[in-house]
Amino acid sequence: MSEKPEHFIVDGKRLDGRRVDELRQIKIELSPLGRADGSCYLEWGRNKIMAAVYGPRELHPRHRQNMTKAVVQYRYNMAAFSVDDRIRPGHSRRSIEISKVGRDAFEHVVFTKFFPKTAIDIFIEVLQADAGTRTAGINAASLALADAGIPMRGLVSACAVGKVDGEIVLDLMKDEDNFGEADVPIAMTAGGKITHLQMDGNLTRDEFYEALKLAKIGCDKVYKLQRQALIEKYNKEYAENGEDAIPRPEGDADE
Amino acid sequence: MERNIVIPGDVVSDNIKMSGSGTYVHGSEVRASVYGLLNTGERYISVIPLAGKYIPHATDRVIGIITEVVYSNWIVDINSPYEGLLHISQYPRRIDSENMSKYLKVGDCILTMVASVDAGMKVELTLREKELRVLSNGRIVTINPTKMPRVIGRNGSMIRLLKSEIGCNMFVGQNGRIWINGSDDCIDLAIQTVRYIEDNAHTLGLTERVQAFLKAKEKTRYGKVHESRNDEE
Repeated sequence: MSEKPEHFIVDGKRLDGRRVDELRQIKIELSPLGRADGSCYLEWGRNKIMAAVYGPRELHPRHRQNMTKAVVQYRYNMAAFSVDDRIRPGHSRRSIEISKVGRDAFEHVVFTKFFPKTAIDIFIEVLQADAGTRTAGINAASLALADAGIPMRGLVSACAVGKVDGEIVLDLMKDEDNFGEADVPIAMTAGGKITHLQMDGNLTRDEFYEALKLAKIGCDKVYKLQRQALIEKYNKEYAENGEDAIPRPEGDADE
Repeated sequence: MERNIVIPGDVVSDNIKMSGSGTYVHGSEVRASVYGLLNTGERYISVIPLAGKYIPHATDRVIGIITEVVYSNWIVDINSPYEGLLHISQYPRRIDSENMSKYLKVGDCILTMVASVDAGMKVELTLREKELRVLSNGRIVTINPTKMPRVIGRNGSMIRLLKSEIGCNMFVGQNGRIWINGSDDCIDLAIQTVRYIEDNAHTLGLTERVQAFLKAKEKTRYGKVHESRNDEE
């Protein structure tokens, strides 16, 4: 564990050299898992996240089925080796909470009413953690859902804002998260509808609105990267034949 | 090219009457609900998804596998999140409920039709239609159901091509299962071709491409025969 630094921001630069409104590096890889219906591997700074989506599929036990809509199941899990100290494998108080808020972030974005009685399973595995894994997990899950062909109102993009040295900053890294004054993870759709918002620490009302504004900028940037990743995946997979890949009307279904 | 691919939430039209499959209406706009290819028709604008599961609809012809025999019903796997139910009365002949397994047992494959789907997604199947039957020979391959229309082609052009060029019998189920029957060589070639179509779905001029693919395959197929003839000479 590192010590609390004396200053988080020196000459407008943060501990890792970023400006206050700058995100960490994001790398996205789609469909790394062949077995899953949709999957996404995401690196966000030093966070490494794997997301897999299965479904819609039959839900067991049957008493949990909903006759009018699909049930979204979200499982957030950290690998034992994802942090410096080994963490005990399995569900913890924290992972149950993150799974719950993650599920809530998607339940009203996915068109669950199209698939009554089924389950849409989302699995988030954190392979390496460095603050902001719940937001990174939501971003990865959103892409994995799109990859699985699941209908939804839009992609969900997430990022955290926080307060260090009395200043509002975007996308906290480990030390800022541990020793900062506030941490506010936010997820929203491209239209700016918030699907997830938590706050750890204290902010004044004005600071909060400033943070929200900054989060919107951050989420927009993430959205652009997500969008780009999906378009690139298509171009790579289908257009490498050297010809323009354009859609055609669906053929008559009958033989 | 970028114009054609859309992701969920993209605005695809401002005429809400144009909203087709794979889209939804938000306020006065039509937006894409799935990740896929935009298909602008005269009356509807739709998005063809790149992935997804088969969701049964009435009158769909599908290929099913019996998974369970229960009292007066067969439970059928139709490659979908929902299981199909084939009632004893929907079997072509009148049979006794005591020896259902005599006619259809677990693991048997059937070419069946979705008779009805209710709000609770109870899928009722039937065998009492023309063409529908129990499949006792041949092989079944499964492809992504979203790619199935390409194997059939416009007005069945692709499937006609496959049948005539390869010389085998085929049936493409709406659920992504394809039944192929013929000699072993024909079936192997047909499976390869189907996989080729699946990999190259969403490309332009697919029928021509498949023709070229089959021609190239034909050379290797009959190449050996020609060689042996040369040896004799």
